[in-house]
Amino acid sequence: MSQVEAYKIQSTPAVYVYEGPLRLWHWINALAITVLCVSGYFIGSPLPSLSGEASDYFLMGYIRFAHFAAGYVIAVGFLFRIYWAIVGNYHARQLLLPPFFSGKFWGGVWHELRWYFFLEKEPRKYVGHNPLAMVMMHLFMVWGLLFMIFTGFALYGEGKGMGSWQYEWFSSWIIPLFGQSQDVHTWHHLFMWAIVIFVIVHIYAAIREDIMSRQSLVSTMISGWRMFRDNREPDDHYLK
Amino acid sequence: MTETFYEVMRRQGITRRSFLKYCSLTAAALGLGPSFVPKIAHAMETKPRIPILWLHGLECTCCSESFIRSAHPLAKDVILSMVSLDYDDTLMAAAGHQAEAIISETIDKYDGNFILAVEGNPPLNQEGMSCIIAGKPFNEQLMHVAKHCKAIISWGSCASYGCVQAAAPNPTGATPIHKVINDKPIIKVPGCPPIAEVMTAVVTYILTFERFPELDRQGRPKMFYSQRIHDKCYRRPHFDAGQFVETWDDEAARKGYCLYKMGCKGPTTYNACSTIRWNEGTSFPIQAGHGCIGCSEDGFWDKGSWYARLTDIKQFGVESNADKVGGTAAAVVGAATAAHMAASAVKRAKQKGE
Ligand code: HEM
Ligand code: HEM
Ligand code: SF4
Repeated sequence: MSQVEAYKIQSTPAVYVYEGPLRLWHWINALAITVLCVSGYFIGSPLPSLSGEASDYFLMGYIRFAHFAAGYVIAVGFLFRIYWAIVGNYHARQLLLPPFFSGKFWGGVWHELRWYFFLEKEPRKYVGHNPLAMVMMHLFMVWGLLFMIFTGFALYGEGKGMGSWQYEWFSSWIIPLFGQSQDVHTWHHLFMWAIVIFVIVHIYAAIREDIMSRQSLVSTMISGWRMFRDNREPDDHYLK
Repeated sequence: MTETFYEVMRRQGITRRSFLKYCSLTAAALGLGPSFVPKIAHAMETKPRIPILWLHGLECTCCSESFIRSAHPLAKDVILSMVSLDYDDTLMAAAGHQAEAIISETIDKYDGNFILAVEGNPPLNQEGMSCIIAGKPFNEQLMHVAKHCKAIISWGSCASYGCVQAAAPNPTGATPIHKVINDKPIIKVPGCPPIAEVMTAVVTYILTFERFPELDRQGRPKMFYSQRIHDKCYRRPHFDAGQFVETWDDEAARKGYCLYKMGCKGPTTYNACSTIRWNEGTSFPIQAGHGCIGCSEDGFWDKGSWYARLTDIKQFGVESNADKVGGTAAAVVGAATAAHMAASAVKRAKQKGE
């Protein structure tokens, strides 16, 4: 490495992309989703039966409580995330409103797909999310999560009973929409696996890009600062 | 002058004392306070009797069988004396042309002012050939009577949702009442059959107050269908504790643990079995050791095994459920991710080597 090159890398500016509240939301959301998947799985297929007096245990009750508590965290977090998309910086809007009407953006999605099929030699450089990530996050973490929140509260309202706001706002129209309660359970359960698939791919991609692309990722979601390997012009500058 | 309810009852040999007792029983069954007793009595004494025509389409008569076994013999006598006078081909004395004449008579006399109760449903395929009443497809009789009635009671899961004859692939095209009639108020009283006391209470409410009780969005009376079996099940403490029957006749089954893992549909079924119970409050399926099969829910025949907790997903083969479909998809994606990881490592190693 020549002196000039070394100097260039050192002087590559870092950009502050993810503000504190957004990072906090990311990790709380990730934790809540993990709790929801584990507890949800055991609601569908409970642990082996316990013997003894019923009054000595509340295992299923605690599992369901964990699920509902995390469910509220997700729902309130989602409302907060919408609020933050309005008041936060430019990058806070990408999750909820990807630039779907930009041809360049779709070109970027295409490039990323080719990159993942090992057809592109060079990774691109992004300040914000890469276009493919944006599409996936938007689909799974906006619409997928909304689906889980709506069906989840519809199931929750059934337990709360008619007259509760959960029943009136969610169960009363969502249950008949799907047919009956059992169908809502099945769809709610099926979409858990969609979320699981997103999480697998998301974590893999985050770590892989951190290693193989031109910018930092995991540390960015922790500290908020995006670091770069070179000072080339970023490929998503057209977005601003 | 048409008779009042009270007059009909007296004519049927019911004493005034029994009549008043019936009024308070009814108020209790409907969850109304004692102040409603005189109101019900007054209504019965002054209102002209509203006749009921009880038609039978594709059905198994379990609704009628349930109905005539109502726990309060009094309520049963009273209501039968009001209903059976008109048309119900299981209960009435008349037969053949005589019976069919009752229909046109009622329509002439009470046009727009009688209740149509339907047990079963019309099959619409093959020009309705799968259910012939008095030489004509049932659907014709239904349409004709429905045009003149005031309101409709859909008895049981057949009339409400279609039930077994509408289960996939539904060869006769059995169709629930609300899908063939949309210009009359309809109350659904689902169940296969519905609970006797629920049926008599619904009839009494409609006859005394001349309107439907409060309905939910799906048209079921809230007073009996607002809670799930699971919400009032006496095995619920075992559910919350995590104590389940794992196989039939295991120790847990003998101890009366929760039947969730044996496919109990109590958590998704709206009905009053766990509170009112059956056969004069003697028992109900879960009390007898068998999970709820969800007979009062839409399409319960088509949701896979009654003995599996997770619903079958037919689109993905015979024995699939959400965990099998989703778990397989996740495993495939996981394997693809691992392969991708390996390929990426190779690519990096090559680049480093260059
Ligand atoms: C249940 C688990 C998780 C879920 C549901 C999840 C969800 C999300 C979402 C919705 C975003 C978009 C953030 C925004 O624009 O507001 C995001 C970004 C990100 N996540 Fe996660 N996440 C999870 C776990 C993880 C883990 C374990 C890591 C670290 C290895 C991680 C690393 C990242 C990174 C680096 C970004 C930013 C990507 C970029 O800069 O383009 N996530 N995640
Ligand atoms: C990522 C989000 C979520 C995941 C992965 C998830 C997963 C699951 C799963 C797998 C089940 C079992 C379904 C079955 O087979 O019966 C379940 C049940 C349930 N979930 Fe969720 N869920 C999520 C969000 C929510 C939310 C936001 C709520 C709202 C409070 C919620 C409320 C419920 C309720 C009430 C049940 C039924 C519990 C029972 O039958 O006792 N879920 N969930
Ligand atoms: S037996 Fe059925 S209805 Fe009763 S608590 Fe268990 S799952 Fe619920």
